[in-house]
Amino acid sequence: MNLKGKHLIDPNDLTLEELDSVFTLAQDMEKEPAKYENLCSGKILATLFYEPSTRTRLSFESAMLRMGGNILGFADANTSSVRKGESISDTIRVLDGYSDIAVIRHPREGAPKLASNFSAVPVINGGDGGHQHPTQTLTDLLTIKNLKGEIKNLRVALCGDLKYGRTVHSLIKTLSRYEGMSFCLISPPQLKMPSYIKEYVANEYNVEIVETENLEDVINEVDILYMTRIQKERFFNEEDYLKLKNSYILTRDKIKDSRSDMLIMHPLPRVNEIDYSVDDDQRAVYFKQAKYGVYVRMSLMAHLLGVI
Amino acid sequence: MLTVNSIEKGIVIDHIKSGNGLKIFDKMNLSKVDFPVVLLMNVPSKALGKKDIIKIQDKIDIDFTMLGLIDPNISINIIENNEIVEKKKVELPQRVKGLFKCDNPRCVSNNDIYATPEFTLVDKNNVKYKCEFCDDFTKYKI
Repeated sequence: MNLKGKHLIDPNDLTLEELDSVFTLAQDMEKEPAKYENLCSGKILATLFYEPSTRTRLSFESAMLRMGGNILGFADANTSSVRKGESISDTIRVLDGYSDIAVIRHPREGAPKLASNFSAVPVINGGDGGHQHPTQTLTDLLTIKNLKGEIKNLRVALCGDLKYGRTVHSLIKTLSRYEGMSFCLISPPQLKMPSYIKEYVANEYNVEIVETENLEDVINEVDILYMTRIQKERFFNEEDYLKLKNSYILTRDKIKDSRSDMLIMHPLPRVNEIDYSVDDDQRAVYFKQAKYGVYVRMSLMAHLLGVI
Repeated sequence: MLTVNSIEKGIVIDHIKSGNGLKIFDKMNLSKVDFPVVLLMNVPSKALGKKDIIKIQDKIDIDFTMLGLIDPNISINIIENNEIVEKKKVELPQRVKGLFKCDNPRCVSNNDIYATPEFTLVDKNNVKYKCEFCDDFTKYKI
């Protein structure tokens, strides 16, 4: 599978075969990490984080370090030339001379795509505003594959902020490409999934989508419950955020009659949407999910750098 | 009765929906040209009831994409030696670059000079376009 030099801006930039190749290598990287510890020796990852991040940035950095590579970049746009007014295209054109691959997170939707238009090295979208987060989707898919065996014939509930939640936008777009998938979208009316995504998956993949405001309506009939945080940073005014922030809180009591093999997933960080008492439940897999994120990013970078 | 002479050589933009003529006139910057141009408004029309017409006494390059966006039903007649030598229809363009802005305020195309807004038509009836940067829909309004 030759993905050398490709960008990953949208989860659909990779075919299902290419995704499978990324997952297979990620699984082997988890099993036998020593085999890969010098795979990216001499390679440099540039991390361009114009917006705060913990998991995504650190998992990318961990991934590159575990393969023997190096990292450079910034974690805060205020400490870089961006503050002086430098455009994304100028930054990436300079940074691609310093690195072999770049990951960019940006509050503006489409910014990584713009960067990829000017970059000579592979650009990975590390999350752009409320738009897409393809590497979280790779993490989510690897989690499902590892814990369910295959990605097929699953009923998936996406709950919380479906309007601004980039993780769910990428996830539904990608899961819809697999066989026999159906979706329950649970959100308050103000945070419903944008029509451009619903129309896209319905027209392209003919998937069944049910929308509801009540988590309890569907919680006992789904294979995967994907919770998301109501994101304060996406609201233009705090009053709207405060009205909605406690819309859905998952407790042990709510999942008592759910399927025994249901997966409770969350891209993290959580605030209060999953009660801490749920963490001990065997169905809660969000910390495993975070760990898989490192292996899948290792595999992705190895593919895009063409070192495997 | 208002009389407007025919033109010997030039372009006639016909079947413009009544009211759109002035907008096209503005978009084409016809108020700034130094050759004769005429804008006729509310001309009786069998097909449209009323229509606008623009006559340009010169052969100029016309942006068909822009005209198609404003009014996909208009027709363009190329005139030479007082005769129509070519008739052209415009249509709603499948792809549009740089002619209008993305409705999504968070889109990079509204915030970076290098990100020229670019769209693909997704719904002809509602003139709805998908942004190449943020994927969101923008309904083109004249």
